[in-house]
Amino acid sequence: MEIVGKLQNQFMEFMRSLYREGFLDDQFLQLQKLQDESNPDFVVEVVSLFFDDSEKLLNNLAMALQQQVVDFKQVDAHVHQFKGSSSSIGAQRVKNACVAFRNFCEEKNLEGCVQCLQHAKHEYFLVKNKLETLFRLEQQILAAGGTVPVLS
Amino acid sequence: METFASSASSLSISSEPHVLAVDDNLVDRKLVEKLLKKSSCKVTTAEDGLRALEYLGLGAHHDSSTNSNGSKVNMIITDYCMPGMTGYELLKKIKESSIMKDVPVVIVSSENIPTRINQCMEEGAQIFMLKPLKHSDVERLRCQITQC
Repeated sequence: MEIVGKLQNQFMEFMRSLYREGFLDDQFLQLQKLQDESNPDFVVEVVSLFFDDSEKLLNNLAMALQQQVVDFKQVDAHVHQFKGSSSSIGAQRVKNACVAFRNFCEEKNLEGCVQCLQHAKHEYFLVKNKLETLFRLEQQILAAGGTVPVLS
Repeated sequence: METFASSASSLSISSEPHVLAVDDNLVDRKLVEKLLKKSSCKVTTAEDGLRALEYLGLGAHHDSSTNSNGSKVNMIITDYCMPGMTGYELLKKIKESSIMKDVPVVIVSSENIPTRINQCMEEGAQIFMLKPLKHSDVERLRCQITQC
């Protein structure tokens, strides 16, 4: 099964790079451990929820920061949500971007907040792209008749 | 990850403990539900304190003749930071109720704030845990409530 072997190696190498480059942290591994035969699409489902939730939050944040009078408490509430869900799925770089963002909210620093939003958005789309690639690789392995390797 | 426990409660549960999980974050609700199911718990989720109280039969329009699920619930896990009613406020309401006051309430939070933790423990929380929860955290919780 040479093709399966190659795909599996590609998958493992890609996963390792995601951890190495800080896109994902241990929490993502925890999610993978929760997936089993009773719920074989668990990770994809949770991550999809994260994608939907995040895009709403990013839109809300953009709108909140465009108001004539910015409600920093509201902005902070959105960032808190974003930090929470990114932390829960192991999206480390997004989470870290949110931490910095919250500091600027506390200082009521509009320019800082606007920059943080850009940064958080950038990190979000990066990790989204990475995860979509990961899921595609999984599908390719399964389609080729193989099993998806689990990193420990 | 740190945990803070108060005295263990002495409840005996037969098969699957029924846990009510409260969190306003959709991703976290899905995660806690899976964690609990993986630890052989029956799970009901609520997105805020009001809905949790309604489910338990402690809602504002509480009528003793309406269906209440309070007696079926063996543990409540709630997020601390929620809009409207915080996890702490929910904890207080539960501890004030005659039917629910002995049910263990677990508070979870993404923030490690000692004053917050003390406040919850003083109000009778079973344990305070940091998010994100892991499988081992939930296994430990389950053992606590089923005394395994």
